[in-house]
Amino acid sequence: MPSTPPIEVAEAVARVHRDEWGRVLAATARVTRDLDLAEECTQDAFERALERWPADGIPRRPGAWLTTVAGNRARDVVRREAHGRRVLPMLVVEEDDPTPYAAPHPVHDDRLRLVFTCCHPSLAPEAQVALTLRFVCGLSTVDVARAFLVQESTMAARLTRAKKKIAAARIPYRVPGPDELPGRLGPVLDVVHLVYTTGHVAPTGEGLVRTDLVEVAVSMGRMLHQLLPRETAVTGLLALMLLGEARRDTRVGAAGDLVLLSEQDRSRWDHELIEEATTLVAEALSTGPPDRFVVEAAIAAVHAESPSWEQTDWDEIVGLYDVLQGLWPTPVVRLNRAVAVGFRNGPAVGLEALAPLLDDPSIATYPYVSAVRADLLRRLGAWDEAAVAYEEAITLTENEVERAFLQARLAETQGHNRA
Amino acid sequence: MAKYLILIYGSEQEWDAQTPEELAAKEAGHIAFSTAAGSGRLTGEELESVATATTLRASGAEPTVTDGPFMETKEALGGFYVVDAEDLDAAIRLARMLPELGEQYGAVEVRPIVDHG
Repeated sequence: MPSTPPIEVAEAVARVHRDEWGRVLAATARVTRDLDLAEECTQDAFERALERWPADGIPRRPGAWLTTVAGNRARDVVRREAHGRRVLPMLVVEEDDPTPYAAPHPVHDDRLRLVFTCCHPSLAPEAQVALTLRFVCGLSTVDVARAFLVQESTMAARLTRAKKKIAAARIPYRVPGPDELPGRLGPVLDVVHLVYTTGHVAPTGEGLVRTDLVEVAVSMGRMLHQLLPRETAVTGLLALMLLGEARRDTRVGAAGDLVLLSEQDRSRWDHELIEEATTLVAEALSTGPPDRFVVEAAIAAVHAESPSWEQTDWDEIVGLYDVLQGLWPTPVVRLNRAVAVGFRNGPAVGLEALAPLLDDPSIATYPYVSAVRADLLRRLGAWDEAAVAYEEAITLTENEVERAFLQARLAETQGHNRA
Repeated sequence: MAKYLILIYGSEQEWDAQTPEELAAKEAGHIAFSTAAGSGRLTGEELESVATATTLRASGAEPTVTDGPFMETKEALGGFYVVDAEDLDAAIRLARMLPELGEQYGAVEVRPIVDHG
């Protein structure tokens, strides 16, 4: 058999790692009934692929190859330990359980079980995110730690604690039934959304976007939508992420600088993605009561479909923010609504809408409040006040790209001050 | 199957101030809980008020014995069950039925019990 060039093998393994890790681990966990061991066997199978594929060639169905290898190894270990001293509680796996969800078309997908186990409400939100990124998406502990700005040892300890709880408290490896699903889906979507937003504007660092996290979130969104096509919240979240993706390349200029929506080159937006997303939004709006993510996606869709910044339908956008506020009354939504009002009715009215938020302690350190206020004041020509607000925003932001943008705006307002 | 300790916390003031109707409703809630748990309900008791508690604390060779609960909190431990359940979801489904969760300060903690078997 002809040998396969190592570079091709490395690329193939990387691709399968990205696309199939969660599926391989989830299937293996059914054999091991122990997430730790499943993780070990999955890791091991990928290492075997790197060894074997150069000589044997890349299998036609690499995911199936890996699942078999990981499963065989898992069975070996389980057999060896069967008469051993394993007293640890086992993952609760329902044998041959026809997943109770969506009775006419039962969903049989181990990844979905894995997602619901990792995002069980009895686990702390930060543990849910960590487990999901490690187990479902296959990010290394180092990468997960880096994404959430904690030490690797801290993240490793967090994962160990969470795995221990899953076993000891017997958190089941199961997709919840239809009566429980709505409540259980919330944390899952929150995790995916958090991974997405963390990648969309990296909390610290030099680049604006962490592409790896964004891609992981989008691919989870696609998987969830494929498995739960009738859940409008899932459809909405996927659409929202796709609309962000469609504009990704135009958010940063040639010099790595931030480009605002008003300045973005709309011809460079990915119109295929926009079309896919707007179809999803329409589908979600027609199937059920509006959900937070559906309305957020609808807002993003209005922007994406507007031929130019000047033609933006601010009436529609403010109306959608009103709906969103009813569904999900948070300070951040009120802030975004104030921005939209500022564009529809002018900066003075925008400042009025913003006023009640300025004393809200829950977003006192949220850099966008100061940034929005600064922009409204700048557009009013209140240069002194605008400069103070820009300075505040600069102190609060941790992202270098955003900081550079705010600094440029500050210099501009200070120029007016002197004039 | 696995064993879980279900700890019921609440405000003693709230408990003491209950009308006979509220008390009857609560009893009905516990009967419903026990019916749902069936043979999975291994044991369960209501506790006397925290004012009757005695706490022993480690302090060198001899523990000190003091009046009162281990921790003074607004929500006091008022009762418990031990249940045998399929998994955490099943235990949570049972715990959700407890009438104390309808109170202002109610809380229910579900703790897995170590299986030494």
